[in-house]
Amino acid sequence: MTPETTTTTALLDLSGVSKGFPGVQALDDVRLELRHGEVLALVGENGAGKSTLMKLLAGIYTPDAGTFRLNGEEFSIEGPRHAQELGIAIIHQEFNLMPDLTVAQNIFIGREPRSGGVFLDDRALNRSAQELFDRLGLTIDPTERVEHLTVARQQMVEIAKALSFNAKVLIMDEPTAALNDAEVEVLFELIQRFRTPDTGVIYISHRMDELARISDRITVLRDGRYIDTLETATSTVGEVISLMVGRTITGEQRPGQVQRSPDVVLSVAGLSTKKLLKNVGFELHRGEILGFAGLMGAGRTELARAIVGADPIESGRITVDGREVQIGNPADAARLGIGYLSEDRKRLGVVLEQDVATNIVLSTLPAFTSKAGFMRDGAIIRTAREFIGRLRIKTPSANQLVKNLSGGNQQKVVIAKWLAKDCDILIFDEPTRGIDVGAKDEIYALLEELARQGKSIIMISSELPEVLRMSHRIAVMCEGRLNAVLDNAEATQEIVMDYATRFSAEGTVS
Amino acid sequence: MRARLRGQIQQLLAFASLIAIVVFFSIANDRFLTWANVTGILLAATVVGLLALGTTFVIITGGIDLSIGTGMTLSAVMTGVFLTYLGMPLWLGVILAILFGGLLGLINGVNVAVLKIPPFIATLAMMLVAAGLSLVISGTAPIYFKETPDFVRLATGSLIPGIRFPNGVLIFIIVAIVAGVILKKTLLGRYTFSIGSNEEATELSGVNVTKWKIAIYTFAGLFTGLAGVLLASRLSSAQPALGMGYELEAIAAVVIGGTSLQGGKGSIVGTVIGALIMAVLTNGLRIMSIPQEWQSVAVGAVILIAVYLDILRRKNA
Ligand SMILES: Nc1ncnc2c1ncn2[C@@H]1O[C@H](COP(=O)(O)OP(=O)(O)OP(=O)(O)O)[C@@H](O)[C@H]1O
Ligand SMILES: [Mg+2]
Repeated sequence: MTPETTTTTALLDLSGVSKGFPGVQALDDVRLELRHGEVLALVGENGAGKSTLMKLLAGIYTPDAGTFRLNGEEFSIEGPRHAQELGIAIIHQEFNLMPDLTVAQNIFIGREPRSGGVFLDDRALNRSAQELFDRLGLTIDPTERVEHLTVARQQMVEIAKALSFNAKVLIMDEPTAALNDAEVEVLFELIQRFRTPDTGVIYISHRMDELARISDRITVLRDGRYIDTLETATSTVGEVISLMVGRTITGEQRPGQVQRSPDVVLSVAGLSTKKLLKNVGFELHRGEILGFAGLMGAGRTELARAIVGADPIESGRITVDGREVQIGNPADAARLGIGYLSEDRKRLGVVLEQDVATNIVLSTLPAFTSKAGFMRDGAIIRTAREFIGRLRIKTPSANQLVKNLSGGNQQKVVIAKWLAKDCDILIFDEPTRGIDVGAKDEIYALLEELARQGKSIIMISSELPEVLRMSHRIAVMCEGRLNAVLDNAEATQEIVMDYATRFSAEGTVS
Repeated sequence: MRARLRGQIQQLLAFASLIAIVVFFSIANDRFLTWANVTGILLAATVVGLLALGTTFVIITGGIDLSIGTGMTLSAVMTGVFLTYLGMPLWLGVILAILFGGLLGLINGVNVAVLKIPPFIATLAMMLVAAGLSLVISGTAPIYFKETPDFVRLATGSLIPGIRFPNGVLIFIIVAIVAGVILKKTLLGRYTFSIGSNEEATELSGVNVTKWKIAIYTFAGLFTGLAGVLLASRLSSAQPALGMGYELEAIAAVVIGGTSLQGGKGSIVGTVIGALIMAVLTNGLRIMSIPQEWQSVAVGAVILIAVYLDILRRKNA
């Protein structure tokens, strides 16, 4: 370990790393090398062990085995604070801010400037935060409370916080999952600014298109094992994916020309809300997948929430199976056979402290109750196992607590829950966010299968290729208006984007 | 900016309700707004108010402390032990009694933060332990302060010459200001909010949550100790069977003051107003000769209304 070799020693070098949880070997003899000045992408299916590896680096878990080297020197991590001191900063997959504190208070938590040794110096605190934002080119008010920021801006605060440590190693666990394209650009800009000859970035993402843009090399994990590391410049997306899943995935396809059923199962007319929606109207046919495209904030989630009664409607008519209905809350909607899969699954979709089986049958519990009023545990487990198999949920058993599953697998649990409910109309809000390519494919197949069975599906998605691939028709929203409903055959990315950015067009669609 | 404004409006509303209640009672009964009655209300607000101040910190962390009522009793009994049984000088006995309250808080803090016993259960257990120990130590009889006659003046005497303004109230005002500054301006306060807002994130940010939680519970315990001392002084005796139920009144005051039981939100000003609302209500209803049973019903209704209004405010915010 002579100092002259610094150019060849890696910034961060992990080898032989193993970590087990009860019933799961999350990591098994994994290695990873981060070079000076590079962005290393870390990819793998849901549950491959990416987040676990990063949590070891952040000092949250202790490894069962393995050596860690920073600039060639072996070290061990005693806790989150110690990791920060070593220059390792991490942006976690889960939301990790204190919503009741201000932006500046969040960034400098644990490092508050003080005057006279005792009193907090909030003026200095806000000044430091402002300087940090100026340096990063962000416009965020340091005195705003975090709970009042949009998800994207909260994400920016997390990133600013991580960068404020003068970190050498920056780890990002799916930082773009909740960002729109413009915000992703800002993030990439930040990463480029951070990258210097003595820093490095580990970047975890399921979005394959990002890897080519941002990363220098790609390390692939599968089932807790190290598979390979590729140079980004000389490898294809197909290669990476087949290393990830260990099999080949069918390419992009458009839905075949289906004979659209004349039955209208859901019709919405003149729907407006106080906040955003203006006179939205559309029809959903039996067996149809109707995609909703648009920029973030276009009002797609608001539309879904208004339809299922989660938010109040100002005016408008909703007709289900030809009958006009009043939907006061999501329970009414469920009774009418309309299921809504929230985009915020972590907060609104699963009960983290309960096991997988309970979560899957949660919304259909009455069906699993015997005449005498007892739970039919056997039937619950059987149903749960069926969905675990169908969606390939990676869990040691149906009795594992949901909070112990990887992020993507938690999302699959939510999808299973709504599938178990057997609704006729399903509204999926960003169904594949944070889900790996293999599982995405399975979810696509599932949606198609459901449509074939005669279910009607509304799919809200910010990923245009996904919308184009899946939808029979595509509705495009902008600023709370429905700007167009296109047949799949006539839709291209350009046309959809055009409608999605027609900012004050008069949107009337028949 | 908006957030701060909203916080101020919330406090303004609580304050407006207090004024409304005061106006109502002064119109309803002309004995209400007399100097003697007002200082009486303030003195009554002091004991529950002190407990509420400490508990505000605990509740903002997302915890709860059920042991403050009987903990206060035990601290009062210990005051008797120090001053009467052991014959300590007044200042020393008082300080030791306050520190004893801190010790109870420390034990709560260790149980919650280190042993990870849920706060409700840890402090419920402490509530029973303290209730029992008060009776055991005092031999179930009140302890009087024969050796230190000056002790009584601690709460009811008047330091300000010429005006009959009880020292207990003065102490409460000073302590409330100190608590307010600590909550807003020191690390202890900042981490109180931070832990209540997102404990895991706070931990991941490198803050030693275990250590700070112990500190917060200990700090809250000091208020319990002080409340015990002032109660003993006001009653000129340590009453070992008193105290159960005070914890709920204190928690009610905190909640009326707009502190969220979910943690992360709250203020000392709110708690002071909450304590005053409770005291004014009890006093006003008594003056109007409303029977005790109905007073309790009224207080319960006020808690429901206050918390519901708070929920409405938050929803519209
Ligand atoms: N605290 C825990 N207790 C038990 N099992 C766990 C725990 N944390 C993770 N696991 C398991 O370890 C495995 C790896 O999980 P990890 O979160 O590292 O996956 P990931 O690669 O980040 O997946 P995703 O892309 O879905 O986020 C999973 O099978 C998960 O269920
Ligand atoms: Mg993960």
